[in-house]
Amino acid sequence: MRTIRLQREDFDAGAEQARLARGRSDVGAVVCFTGICRGDGISAMTLEHYPGMAEAEIARHVEEAERRWSLLGVTVIHRFGRLVPGDTIVLVATASAHRGDAFAAAEFLMDYLKTQAPFWKREEHGGEVSWVEAKGADDAAAARWKRPADAAE
Amino acid sequence: MSVKLLYFAWVRERIGKPDEVVDPPASVRTVADLVAWLVQRGDEYAYAFENPKVIRAAIDRSHARPDATLMGAREIAFFPPMTGG
Repeated sequence: MRTIRLQREDFDAGAEQARLARGRSDVGAVVCFTGICRGDGISAMTLEHYPGMAEAEIARHVEEAERRWSLLGVTVIHRFGRLVPGDTIVLVATASAHRGDAFAAAEFLMDYLKTQAPFWKREEHGGEVSWVEAKGADDAAAARWKRPADAAE
Repeated sequence: MSVKLLYFAWVRERIGKPDEVVDPPASVRTVADLVAWLVQRGDEYAYAFENPKVIRAAIDRSHARPDATLMGAREIAFFPPMTGG
């Protein structure tokens, strides 16, 4: 079961998480990550995305996660538009028989979402507006999932 | 070769438009060639691509390196490093 959604509207992270295990007895683990808009010095942020490519890029990484780990379900929801501190930005939920697969796949997907999915954050600090700069730490987090065979990529 | 260009985030702001259709000469074969051709079209392009190393590109919605060929490309996008998640 694979769900990928990009949307302006808010969503219910708890309901999305519960949906992965509902009505089935093979799921033994669900890991759910939610990213939330922090309020450190900003009054709001706007997420811009590349429609079409964002969905394709997320799908490509979900497919890779399904190849690398034994998954029984994956849900990725990413919001776009204007968000204020406290708003949910993103959800990655993974289901598997045992916890190791769900934990690893969720972290892999978040690390790649940060560096490979075409989204850009613009922050509002009072009346000032600035684009968020990419962090080297995020690239390093994504790079640790690379396998020797990926080196040529 | 007519091709659609898309710009995002501060690349879009610097160039002053979200998209356009261009018809570069046959000598423009790669992503890097296209950037070099765009830069000589005007100050707004020179400003957007002033540090080409930080600009990312996608060909038909797939990440592409500077040496990637444009052959058969329908849609090419330029944007800064991504900051989603």
